[in-house]
Amino acid sequence: MSNDPAVEIRGLVKRFGTKTAVDGLDLVVPRSAVTAVLGPNGAGKTTTVETCEGYHRPDAGTVRVLGLDPVADAAALRPRVGVMLQSGGVYSGARAEEMLRHMASLYADPLDVGALVERLGLGSCGRTPYRRLSGGQQQRLSLAMAVVGRPELVFLDEPTAGLDPQARRATWELVRELRADGVTVVLTTHHMDEAEQLADEVAVVDAGKVIAHGSPEQLCRGGAENTLRFTGRPGLDLAALLKALPDGTRAAELAPGAYRVTGDVDPQMLATVASWCAQHGVLPDSLSVERHTLEDVFLELTGKELRG
Amino acid sequence: MSAGTFTPRPGAAPVFRMIAAQTALETRMLLRNGEQLLLTVIIPALLLALFSSVDVVDTGAEEPVDFLAPGVLALAVLSTAFTGQAIATGFDRRYGVLKRLGASPLPRWALLTAKTLSVLVTEVLQVALLTAIAFGLGWSPQGGPFAVAALLLLGTAAFSGLGLLMAGTLKAEVTLAAANLVFLLLLVGGGVIVPLEKFPDAVRPLLELLPISALSHGLREVLQHGAALPWRDVAVLAGWTAAGLGAAARFFRWQ
Repeated sequence: MSNDPAVEIRGLVKRFGTKTAVDGLDLVVPRSAVTAVLGPNGAGKTTTVETCEGYHRPDAGTVRVLGLDPVADAAALRPRVGVMLQSGGVYSGARAEEMLRHMASLYADPLDVGALVERLGLGSCGRTPYRRLSGGQQQRLSLAMAVVGRPELVFLDEPTAGLDPQARRATWELVRELRADGVTVVLTTHHMDEAEQLADEVAVVDAGKVIAHGSPEQLCRGGAENTLRFTGRPGLDLAALLKALPDGTRAAELAPGAYRVTGDVDPQMLATVASWCAQHGVLPDSLSVERHTLEDVFLELTGKELRG
Repeated sequence: MSAGTFTPRPGAAPVFRMIAAQTALETRMLLRNGEQLLLTVIIPALLLALFSSVDVVDTGAEEPVDFLAPGVLALAVLSTAFTGQAIATGFDRRYGVLKRLGASPLPRWALLTAKTLSVLVTEVLQVALLTAIAFGLGWSPQGGPFAVAALLLLGTAAFSGLGLLMAGTLKAEVTLAAANLVFLLLLVGGGVIVPLEKFPDAVRPLLELLPISALSHGLREVLQHGAALPWRDVAVLAGWTAAGLGAAARFFRWQ
């Protein structure tokens, strides 16, 4: 397998009538990793993913998936790429397991359907027609259909929308297994925790553009400041502590013995604070780090709540 | 599932296997749908049995069943290739089935081949059932099986084109209503149970150009009167086939 990116999008523009859904979007998706495309509804996530799936022709820019053109090379790409649509995709009268078996029959070397059905908790509804499945069951069937052909790359469009917390964690677990087995995963979500939990790379999308890109840690660190709190003996010499810490770090005693350090909180800083305390004979009690979440990052970048 | 379960091993199944699987699924979906069965099996069978035994329509034939059986066979083709296929495909499109299959290894031409094969499988079942009923009612068909098969196939092609055109351009609900309405209108005005001679002279030449009229008239020429392939009806059906499939290929929207 090559080390070229799984997906490479340069300057993608896609309009529907007068509405510009994607407006100069750049994205590079590394192989064998999980990339989350994060953004509010209407940000252009689905259009971007569907362009990679060959459903739309770009109005401008280039899209390469596994080095190929999703429209011109569709026949070569389809067996290699798994697709989970945001909704639908199944005959309303088809039974869950029947549909999955059918999808499996379109591939040369599919997964064991029975095992996949059990794995996704579809065993109890395997003979239920699609239209009578719950929303969560429909989502899981759609996910199963995306992976049953043993693709090297899967696009999951909001894979956990409408799932209860337990089913959501089961889906996360499956995504982690896909990644561990070397499958490249691109998923869209408007759940911050999902991106933080699953993704190696996060692309924050707003109004048809990628406005921030990086690992969840990088994004959280790059955005808002983080906070470290601890309690100890009252009246510590904070000026001396700050000398040991990077420039721009601030420290305050909020109440006698309750300290707050704000700045670029990373493992190095934590170690410095702990060793400074040790040198001064202080046992830092209830030491805690408050990391900023992607939610804060998004709010800072766009001035908007993610789920409006 | 253990580690390595999902290790990529991509590849498409051989295309004949995909077509066979898709045909089997499409046929199951067709036969499982109760409303469709009403249209494709129950209505033609009832019309055949009812009008053969009760002399409601003056068919001009010695045995009403000799007039009715070819018309009902034409109706069976209409119900499956046009009405059934239009409604099913319209809802497949609406529910994103066509979109999802578009991302699978199944090529579009293979999907259309499978849809056509499933229509033909359904028609074979219909023809078997309806001829059995007709023989039970004393039917004595004439003509050659080749001419009958050729007409049924050409009729299927003509109605499939029109059905796919409707399914691929209109909303599913509109297709549902319109396909049923067209079925009803063609049932009455297409020489299926009411001979076209009963209609005023002003409209008859127009009605004779309908695909259902050409199919029922052509089948009657062969099965009732023992004629060879009736070329005029073949020409009308070929015209509809070219127009329907051509327009469907041009205007069909997959999503």
